[in-house]
Amino acid sequence: MGKIQLRAVRKSFGDVHVIPGIDLDIEDGEFVVFVGPSGCGKSTLLRLIAGLEDTTSGTIDIDGKDATNLPPAKRGLAMVFQSYALYPHMTVRKNIAFPLKMAGMDQAEQDRRVERAAKVLNLASYLDRRPGQLSGGQRQRVAIGRAIVREPAAFLFDEPLSNLDAALRVGMRQEISELHQSLKTTMIYVTHDQVEAMTMADKIVVLHAGRIEQVGSPLELYRNPRNIFVAGFIGSPKMNFIEGPEAEKHGAYTIGIRPEHITVGDGPWEGTVGLSEHLGSDSFIKVNVEGLGVINVRGTGELDVHHGDRIRLAPAGKIHRFDKEGLAL
Amino acid sequence: MSTHSTRLASRLMVAPSVLLLFVWMAVPLAMTLYFSFRLYRLLSPDRTGWVEITNYKWFFKAPDFWLALFNTLALVGGVLVITVVLGTLIALLIDQPVKGQGVLRILVIAPFFVMPPVAASIWENLFMHPQNGLFAAAANALGAQPILFLEKYPMSSVIGITAWEWLPFATLILLTALQSLSSEQLEAAEMDGAGAFSRFRHIILPHLTRAITVVVLIETIFLLGIFGEIYTTTQGGPGSASTTLPYMIFKQAIVAKDIGRAAAGGIIAVILANIVAYFLMRGLGRNLDA
Repeated sequence: MGKIQLRAVRKSFGDVHVIPGIDLDIEDGEFVVFVGPSGCGKSTLLRLIAGLEDTTSGTIDIDGKDATNLPPAKRGLAMVFQSYALYPHMTVRKNIAFPLKMAGMDQAEQDRRVERAAKVLNLASYLDRRPGQLSGGQRQRVAIGRAIVREPAAFLFDEPLSNLDAALRVGMRQEISELHQSLKTTMIYVTHDQVEAMTMADKIVVLHAGRIEQVGSPLELYRNPRNIFVAGFIGSPKMNFIEGPEAEKHGAYTIGIRPEHITVGDGPWEGTVGLSEHLGSDSFIKVNVEGLGVINVRGTGELDVHHGDRIRLAPAGKIHRFDKEGLAL
Repeated sequence: MSTHSTRLASRLMVAPSVLLLFVWMAVPLAMTLYFSFRLYRLLSPDRTGWVEITNYKWFFKAPDFWLALFNTLALVGGVLVITVVLGTLIALLIDQPVKGQGVLRILVIAPFFVMPPVAASIWENLFMHPQNGLFAAAANALGAQPILFLEKYPMSSVIGITAWEWLPFATLILLTALQSLSSEQLEAAEMDGAGAFSRFRHIILPHLTRAITVVVLIETIFLLGIFGEIYTTTQGGPGSASTTLPYMIFKQAIVAKDIGRAAAGGIIAVILANIVAYFLMRGLGRNLDA
């Protein structure tokens, strides 16, 4: 019902090759997250799938049928936009019913579906308000409601949580995950936030400069990043990269150690504490280590070190090894 | 956001302008009202005395008054319909990305900078003239009789000329409104299965309501007083076929030199404007609320 295949998809705007060529399989019912820094082409890729942009070459199959040249409405996909794109002059009810009305569905069926969506999304008491009278989270729900009433083959989300405040974002993240559990429909979700990617995805697609750097489950990417870019992008705080003699000891051009894989106490490296952030549950410390540069360390909440302290560090966990081109060894 | 003293200060500071504006409006109105009840003919030695409502009676009994009233409203209504409908269509057209968009937009807006008597002269002599006009040439080329626009269809011709002048204004306002519509909304509608016409009907048109309201209100203010176009082309004729209320007042004031009657006509025009304004605000005013 929601299998999407991209074959050699390219997109250029004039001389700018935003997407130089992508092959990707999205299985039915999967929650796929496109993640990457801004300008990496992830939104363009989503818009290509949606049909809001034309592909320069290559094919997009939806449910085994070639959809490359189908108009957006005929692809059976629903999209939730970053700005929600609600229709300001319509009530919530009319907003949600709009795709059904456009499909020429009879009024009784429209009402039934709108009521059901409103129940799922806790919007029942807001149905007669206008988008302008709703909070950010409620508008987000209306946008999702407008998407689910169509019962699409797949949902496309374009950075849907970036306009919400931090607390609401966590809540909506869980709601979208739960929605996916109950609907079991394919979802493609675009974000630049690797935390959203890690927490929601079945499969993460890491994009960089229009290319796929790696595809895999969140833990696969965390444990076995294929190159330095993925290693640095996935995980927070960022992985430490060390070059030079220390890396040569491990037979690599660069080695990467995650901040949580370094212990404070005894160890081969000595340095001065720079910035220390104590969050209660964790402590993030930046340590200036002689000969290695600044090393990020993630310690326990009890770790009591402050600016200027001299401490010793030891790697305690997986050391990722990369060659000169940045590929994992 | 304001304390008691800043509110007081702001009121004191705007007070002189409010007072000035009030006097500016009230004195001429009071004088017009005063003269409208007086016998005041510049060509007659007898220029004094109250005549009660004789001046008003004359207007209501004048054979061309009701026609003039109808013509005034037809002019306002006709120009509004033409400018809003065509303005919306042209705005949609020039909002499309095309080469030379900047030049195209300036060309579309150009008629607004042509002064009304000049515009009317251009239309009368270069387009509508039965011998030299472009329309006559076109009719001749097709083997038809040239249409005598200003003789046979004087009011429609005046409406056409005035609409040509005001079309750029409507287009400009509607174009800016169109450009403020978020493209994501249109894309969302496209994803929702709305075709081009449905997108226009359900997304673009509701978005333009406020701009259309502004166009209607502003144009109405100016169209109620249209004079130059008529004076330049038909002079209110043939007969009084294209006489409007302002033109009738002009004839009383300047041609007949009867200030009392002209003042009465002015008061009738003020009342008409207020009636129109009342219905407009009742019908459209809520579109202006945020």
